[in-house]
Amino acid sequence: MREITYRQALNEALDEEMARDEKVFLMGEDIAIYGGAYGVTIGLLNKYGEERVKDTPISEAAIVGTGLGSALLGYRPVVEIMYIDFIGLCMDQLNNQVAKIRYMFGGKCTVPLTIRTEGGAGRTLGAHHSQSLEAWLMHIPGIKVVMPSTPADAKGLLKSSIRDDNPVVFIEHKMLYNTKGQVPENEYLIPIGNADVKKTGTDITILTYSRMTLFSLKAAEILEKEGINVEVVDLRTLLPLDKTTIKNSVMKTNRAVIVEEDTRTAGAGAEIGMTVMEECFDYLDAPIKRIAGADVPMPKAPNLESLAIPSVESIVEGIREVMK
Amino acid sequence: MYKPSKQEAAKLLRQMMEIRQFEDKIMELLSKNIAEGGSHLYAGMEAVAVGVISSLNPDDFISSTHRGHGHAIAKDGDLNALMAEILGKKTGVCKGKGGSLHLADLNKGNLGANGIVAGGLGIATGAGIALKMQKSSKIVVCFFGDGALNNGITHECMNMASLWKLPVLYLCENNLYAMSVSINRACSVKDFKKRAEAYDMPAEIADGMDVLAVKEAAIRWIDYVRKGNGPCLLVCNTYRYYGHSRSDPRVYRTKEEEKFYKDRDPILNFAQKCVKEGWLTEKEIKDIEASVTEAIEKATDFAIKSPLPDPEELYTDLYV
Repeated sequence: MREITYRQALNEALDEEMARDEKVFLMGEDIAIYGGAYGVTIGLLNKYGEERVKDTPISEAAIVGTGLGSALLGYRPVVEIMYIDFIGLCMDQLNNQVAKIRYMFGGKCTVPLTIRTEGGAGRTLGAHHSQSLEAWLMHIPGIKVVMPSTPADAKGLLKSSIRDDNPVVFIEHKMLYNTKGQVPENEYLIPIGNADVKKTGTDITILTYSRMTLFSLKAAEILEKEGINVEVVDLRTLLPLDKTTIKNSVMKTNRAVIVEEDTRTAGAGAEIGMTVMEECFDYLDAPIKRIAGADVPMPKAPNLESLAIPSVESIVEGIREVMK
Repeated sequence: MYKPSKQEAAKLLRQMMEIRQFEDKIMELLSKNIAEGGSHLYAGMEAVAVGVISSLNPDDFISSTHRGHGHAIAKDGDLNALMAEILGKKTGVCKGKGGSLHLADLNKGNLGANGIVAGGLGIATGAGIALKMQKSSKIVVCFFGDGALNNGITHECMNMASLWKLPVLYLCENNLYAMSVSINRACSVKDFKKRAEAYDMPAEIADGMDVLAVKEAAIRWIDYVRKGNGPCLLVCNTYRYYGHSRSDPRVYRTKEEEKFYKDRDPILNFAQKCVKEGWLTEKEIKDIEASVTEAIEKATDFAIKSPLPDPEELYTDLYV
């Protein structure tokens, strides 16, 4: 099978969905002529024109708010918030309008809006361009939250997000854009809400998502040599969580470790961990462990930035502790 | 001055009376604890919603505000379903899940009231994007109050709409107070037309206590927007009779000021004008009023007797 980058996979998803459905259009900062801060929308302006690939002013609230308004009239907008760090600027639109309008109106409308954004550390961009804010979004009933780790997942899940009649926040990771992976040439979709077991194992389950899936797989390789057989579950969707896959894995391995890049306190892992408690407490042979980001704003210095998020080494270390 | 036909005059008067009696009834239900929670009442401002919305086509869109009952009624809202919604009943226009702050009826082009000041700006402007992409001749009227003028998204949306020549009429209902804070204490620029100038769109200020003055300006600006000229700002100066909400003692304004506006009551003055101009007789006006009272009583009865939503409804309508 051919290999393409995460960035190319996302670009193909957008291209295919725009070709398939003329109601799909793109809106965001620097997405048209420039092709997006991370190059995901390169080439789409030339192919589809400025009516369907709109450069916007730097107006995050209006980008999400007008995305909602056009979705209510039957369009399928895919809007881009350049960095998830800017989500605070449109949080009212997202939380109070986008997520709630269908419920508040008694189900008499749909909001087929996709909000693409990217997050995560790794480029030493400091506190305003490196955050992992997925836990804020998981707390909002009415939206879905998707965080793919591989090119194939990114493509299949973005296509599903665009076709979904519910609002979806699709969070990419800045350090994954250049990663390569096998992606089918034929059209395919990956359903939202399904986790994927990226490596099967028998001794312990890692529950993770986005870039930390890659770190977890590397850690699993190292641990394999020590005789620890790790199962890596890539959650892929954080809202709704795939409880069935989580449950099946933990019931098999009897141990669960959560690896998350976001800050530990009230982070995504808190919800994932409680889900394990509620679903399979009786099957646990050890306390659940979180390997998470430090509770600090992201520092600039490269050594501090690395220390602020989990590393392959800290994952290996954490798992050794649980296996003791 | 705009001169309505006899039939039109009767309709304008009827709609304004419906709104007034609807709001007075809700105040009564609130004080008797039959209606729970809060409600922001539109009484006093009827000429704005009625003057503007009566000048639209039925398939045009509006977005509304936290003080949205008047817009919903003027946009052909069903009185029974609106009253039931405000009481949180199963038969409400949003199945009892929205309430006063979220009255909406997309089938009638009402994109919804909103619990957030300036909350309708993004929705209306986005609807404008959709209509422009469809090359539709429909337009959107985005209602908001003077308070929303100082909210960030208002500026973002006006800039975007003017930049992209979107078919949006921004309709500022200036009732002088954002809850308790007067425009003099909240707005650095008192001449709201300058807000539009900043985004290179035209603006006009109309007397929002006079339905014909509102209508005359609305017709002109609706036509301007419909012809593809881009957005504009119409400011209607008006006044709300009740406080911001039920618990408001109105300490921030004077009795004299309230009297000044009530002397210019949009309904009484229009009724008098109808008689003077020979559009309607006093008898016809009394008949309209009686028929409105009957409709409001019927709606109230319907709403009170309607059941609450079924408990199973808690989790429905969240996701498709």
